[in-house]
Amino acid sequence: MNSIHDMGGMHGFGPVVAEANEPPFHTTWEGRVMAMQRALGFIGLWTIDMSRASQEALPPLSYLSAAYYERWFLGLEHRVLAHGLVGADEIEAGRALRPGVKVKRTLSPAEVDRVMRRGEYTRPPAAPAQFKPGDRVHTRNLNPVTHTRLPRYARGKTGTVEAVRGCHVFPDTVAIGAGEQPQWLYTVVFTGRELWGEDSDPAIKISIEAFEPYLVPA
Amino acid sequence: MSEDNRHPHDHAHGSELSEMQLRVRALETILTEKGYVDPAALDRIVEAFETRIGPRIGARIVAKAWADAAFKQRLLADASEAANSLGFASRVGSHLIAVENTERVHNMVVCTLCSCYPWEVLGLPPVWYKSAPYRSRVVIDPKSVLAEFGVKLPPGREVRVWDSTAETRFLVVPMQPAGTDGWSEERLAALVTRDSMIGTGLATVAAEAAP
Repeated sequence: MNSIHDMGGMHGFGPVVAEANEPPFHTTWEGRVMAMQRALGFIGLWTIDMSRASQEALPPLSYLSAAYYERWFLGLEHRVLAHGLVGADEIEAGRALRPGVKVKRTLSPAEVDRVMRRGEYTRPPAAPAQFKPGDRVHTRNLNPVTHTRLPRYARGKTGTVEAVRGCHVFPDTVAIGAGEQPQWLYTVVFTGRELWGEDSDPAIKISIEAFEPYLVPA
Repeated sequence: MSEDNRHPHDHAHGSELSEMQLRVRALETILTEKGYVDPAALDRIVEAFETRIGPRIGARIVAKAWADAAFKQRLLADASEAANSLGFASRVGSHLIAVENTERVHNMVVCTLCSCYPWEVLGLPPVWYKSAPYRSRVVIDPKSVLAEFGVKLPPGREVRVWDSTAETRFLVVPMQPAGTDGWSEERLAALVTRDSMIGTGLATVAAEAAP
């Protein structure tokens, strides 16, 4: 989806401002939002790509004006409503009005370590990898209205496959409920001039992690 | 500060502050009453990020790579295997990739589409990493971003930016500061800052004295 989250190469956002000795959370509620995100994710009703898609679907002005964990909160609220875990009347009331629906599992304190490790996204491949390191590839000019991990700045560009990263869950299909449809994943590197034109610094290179359906032989 | 950097609900605006606090508390109450979350589990997740999972993990990995050439080879070949072999509480799964800074190339990591970050080894990302200025600029003009972090590279040094657009996660192995050969891993680890493992900083001997 071509929305505001896809920011690579935009101008006008100003300097990068770093905060000295920044704490993990600036307020208590930020930590609760992050923890709820993980605990609800453990239930298994949605995947990380569906979470990302919920945030990307926020109106651009909301996306930009919300603080980071506020954006997470809005996405979380959207998902618990969309999956029927919570009713809009309960959000309005600020308390439960009915018992919960039955879910496959919930996160107990003893199992917290299970959400403190990264999920596994590699899957057995259905076919051999089409590309190998050194191959020249062209990124397709894809503009789906749904979730994709091919950033706008790297569409319709020519680059070089640098590494094959295994066969991974495909975000574009899993985010819309169309299944994992595992795809080969590659690190594809581009010159600054390929992405940004002849005035670009000749000493910069940029890589993306590109799923095979994003690529065609160059 | 930019739009994305600011925390409008975190500072002196009392009504806004209480609004987000109240909304989050209400959602937690509803989810708890309906049996979907256990507040004690939430406490433990927050506590892990506040006390155990942070950039000192990454610093120990980098320091070991500097001190032990065989470990460095393992790390660059398969960072997940090498990092997991050190037995940290937070395991990295199989998707960690270590990229080494050299005399030829300086690496920087970003997620232009959201905020993907190797939290298992660096903790939660700082606000600037998740901000619109960093995400928008580092892929088109990385050297101006480096300049804002006070990093000036030698002329001719290539800058390589890794956009984390999938579940692979990148850890920069900064160059070991000159004159530190033979130092203990513990002493070396004190030179490795979080920013040096994202690529917006360098490991320096001066870092040892910094807080």
